[in-house]
Amino acid sequence: MNLNELTIKQAAEGLRKKDFSSVELTEAVLNVIKDKDKDINAFLSVTEELAMKQARAADKLMADDEKINPLIGVPVAVKDCILVDGVRCTAGSKILENYIAPYDATVIKKLKEACVVIVGKTNMDEFAMGSSTENSAYGMTKNPYDLEKVPGGSSGGSAAAVAANETIFALGSDTGGSIRQPAGFCGVVGLKPTYGRVSRHGLIAMASSHDQIGPLAKTVEDAEFVLDAISGIDGFDSTSVSKDRRPASWRGSPKGRLDYSTHSGQSSLKDAINELNNNSLPSAPLKGLKIGIPDEYFAEGIDKQVEEKIRESILKMENLGAEIISVSLPHTKYAMACYYIIIPSEVSSNMARYDGIKFGKSQSANGEAQNLLEIYLKSRGEYLGREVRRRIMLGTYVLSAGYYDAYYLRAQKVRTLVKQDFEKAFEQVDVLVAPTSPTTAFKIGEKIDDPVKMYLADAYTIPVNLAALPALSMPCGLADGLPVGLQIIGRHWDEKTILAVGKIYERNSR
Amino acid sequence: MDIDHIAKLARIGLKEEELKKLEGELSAILDFIEKLKEVDIENVKPMTGGTDLANIMREDEVIPRDDKQRQRILANAPKRKDDYIEVKAVFE
Repeated sequence: MNLNELTIKQAAEGLRKKDFSSVELTEAVLNVIKDKDKDINAFLSVTEELAMKQARAADKLMADDEKINPLIGVPVAVKDCILVDGVRCTAGSKILENYIAPYDATVIKKLKEACVVIVGKTNMDEFAMGSSTENSAYGMTKNPYDLEKVPGGSSGGSAAAVAANETIFALGSDTGGSIRQPAGFCGVVGLKPTYGRVSRHGLIAMASSHDQIGPLAKTVEDAEFVLDAISGIDGFDSTSVSKDRRPASWRGSPKGRLDYSTHSGQSSLKDAINELNNNSLPSAPLKGLKIGIPDEYFAEGIDKQVEEKIRESILKMENLGAEIISVSLPHTKYAMACYYIIIPSEVSSNMARYDGIKFGKSQSANGEAQNLLEIYLKSRGEYLGREVRRRIMLGTYVLSAGYYDAYYLRAQKVRTLVKQDFEKAFEQVDVLVAPTSPTTAFKIGEKIDDPVKMYLADAYTIPVNLAALPALSMPCGLADGLPVGLQIIGRHWDEKTILAVGKIYERNSR
Repeated sequence: MDIDHIAKLARIGLKEEELKKLEGELSAILDFIEKLKEVDIENVKPMTGGTDLANIMREDEVIPRDDKQRQRILANAPKRKDDYIEVKAVFE
């Protein structure tokens, strides 16, 4: 097996046993990026110099001290809407073409404390607005499974990079499915944590009441290592909560001296290894678990082959001991309309900062604009892409005088109903299982000229964001040679259960 | 929809033909979201954010930053004069 193909856990084990160094692992990843990324275009920048420096530092720390956390020396690719100090950060937009991040996002700060290796920034739909990565100002990313197909979006670069083994894991952001949908399309694992679980400080905002950062990885247990490392309250994000998943020994330790051996957290590397090496698995590991199947997620629009795969997976879970219960989420059909009022509203407000004055590309520099208003109009008209302009305009319209009650307020009430649907279902069941998307990866160009059709690609992921719930997408087989994503949705703050279900499913389907 | 008015409110300068196209796309999206009118929202409270948190307070204090970072922030400005960001006159 090539080093770049390793999971986090395999890499961590190899590093600990000194089978290879972080420098070797990092070089393997960088070489594959050089080799493959011309075709895939998952990366907007490759931070080779930074990566090698971090890898050498990680090797040094590991030589001095055996006690390491599972992420030390492991390469990560970061979605280009998350700031890494001193590295260009475009968010896939022309307006940020020359923007150099002046600080680290909180998640990056935490990953740096864990001594990961940052290999690059990944491609995305401009400001995370899109479901195919075709809206990037820097060219689309291709699906590693089939270069004629989209990788999904907006975290398409991160998903493709993990799928093509151009990194060991990646970070993405999810506002309406932007981690889970591309993870599903590219056959990797993607986790959208509960809203508030992970600080968004240093994430370029799209729709602030929905945005959440999460991992894309090769296995569910890998995703859990990353979640442990990045979650927790942050004074710079007042929506973050104090439900810290981080093992106590990860907190406040001197840089790099992060000890996994002393904590008893569910997801320590040691526990995970023990679990995996434990051959006496119970025959019905999911016994006692109630799984809800929402009828509305198997309604019109779903691809027959996708449905078949998901039904097979549900059967597998039943055979593993779970009780399968049919549930209804009656407001699902309104979720999309609700989302496309609230999101553009938040977008129109968040995008106001791109004014050609404080940062970003501007028409003020070339002296064409005569006054302040013209700088705004020309800079925004010139450097913001089509979908971004569309959403700003839509948001501006639905928030404009006289329309607030009819659109925004109504949508926020419907959002409450969508959330209550889930809460009612969770009185009955522990998790919900559904497809991540109605179809597998679609053809490049197929939906780009029809915004509503593109929006429908997120029909099964959007309600989860409206309700602020955690959800996982994991691969569950192929349909016509393309990966199908299985979505596991949990109660608020209950990542633990969806990850446990995912890990058990993963282990039993190998 | 008065598309020119909305574009002006949104501070986006677009050519006439682009505005026309946008108008068509927006009206298709608006047709789609009309669906919400069917929902009975009587006595439903609106959500106001992703969490149920309210009034999160913190000390209002200046956090010292190093000059390097300050320079990096200023370096991102399209036009700058010494340590200031240069702007066209707001009042003529």
